[in-house]
Amino acid sequence: MIYLRNVATITLDDSKCNGCGECVQVCPRAVLAMAERKAHIANRDACIECGACKLNCATAALSVDSGVGCAAAMIRTVARGAIRGNRRAPPACGCSGSPGCG
Amino acid sequence: MERFAAPPAEQAPSYKPIPATTSQLTFRDRLVHWRARFGMGRMHFRVAPGLHRLGAPDGTSPVFVSANYRLSFDALRTSLSGMDAWILVLDTKGVNVWCAASKGTFGTDELVRCIAETGLADRLQHRRIIVPQLGAPGVAGRQVRERTGFSVVWGPVEGRDIPAFLQAGLKATPAMRSKHFPLVERIKVTPIELEQAVLPLALVLALIAATMLVGGSPVTGSAFLRKAGPVVAAVLAGAFMTPILLPWIPFRALAAKGALVGVFCSAFTCLALGLKWPASLGWILLPTALASFLAMNFTGATTFSNPSGVRKELRYAIPAQIATAVAGLVLVFLL
Repeated sequence: MIYLRNVATITLDDSKCNGCGECVQVCPRAVLAMAERKAHIANRDACIECGACKLNCATAALSVDSGVGCAAAMIRTVARGAIRGNRRAPPACGCSGSPGCG
Repeated sequence: MERFAAPPAEQAPSYKPIPATTSQLTFRDRLVHWRARFGMGRMHFRVAPGLHRLGAPDGTSPVFVSANYRLSFDALRTSLSGMDAWILVLDTKGVNVWCAASKGTFGTDELVRCIAETGLADRLQHRRIIVPQLGAPGVAGRQVRERTGFSVVWGPVEGRDIPAFLQAGLKATPAMRSKHFPLVERIKVTPIELEQAVLPLALVLALIAATMLVGGSPVTGSAFLRKAGPVVAAVLAGAFMTPILLPWIPFRALAAKGALVGVFCSAFTCLALGLKWPASLGWILLPTALASFLAMNFTGATTFSNPSGVRKELRYAIPAQIATAVAGLVLVFLL
């Protein structure tokens, strides 16, 4: 299944890519692929912005705005932010203390 | 888990004894799984963090890393049937591997800490640990190697692929590395969605009852059912039918999918209850807004949504849902 088109924030700087292929190994959505000893973004719309590729890239060639992608968490954060006057807090998944995140 | 291993000769005395586990699920284990799926005290179903032994592992046996969530740990150990292996359980506060990895609790620091605390290096002749690939959003393999000397091998996404992965010499095929969201998994996460819908449902039903009382109309069972029916249909549409039918519903945004299913379900309910214009339109709009909202909340359980998309969806869907709900309320209660 593919989510919304043209929203994923993943970018790859191929001048920095050393071709180790670790990003292809960790991506659970086959977003990245290898060609001519370099990684490239083969399916951007499949990206779930989990951040695994970015964290495991040895040369910081990959960047992506990763974070909690749950509508309930985002709504909660905006609501709390509006109350506390803090609109910039990142969404926090509350699943540790409550049901959710099967 | 009560039996403890006799410590290996080379073990330093400061390390804790290692609990033993099996690859079999008992009746109690299965009961726990059902309760966890239905959200009954699931946060108490934790596994003791640290090293566990499966069978009779020695210094050459493989090490599998897991989370201290029962369903994660059990999925792993049942995939290792007949094997001698070490299982290193990180303290993820009772959260599964993938969710914990994006929170950072299934992370580099916790893994490094666990490796040191359990004296893993003293017990093993090799320097390799198998970490589930879905832990990669929290674990930087390179840093783990630099800090502990252990190299991280990414294991398959699904535990059931572990035997094939081992057979292939610790190689995961592209299919083993991809996360899908088949019907059986969507069914498994719907009880939690329904549970989260209980509070909004109760609020709306209370509102309906209150308006009936204030409006002075006699509060009978059938009168209440005529109003509650479309709302209950909306909850089922958004929190149950949308997740089940997900790949076959048109549109990509979950709010749109939920709204579509909501329209059909509430229209059907209105027909079944014989509701008349204009109340019937109101009883379609209000449940549709609710179904759309509930379906949107399913983004937290899916395996294919991303935060940027959810942000975009919220920006458009929330105003539309509020407008639709208000229009529905006006039609139902004021006209």
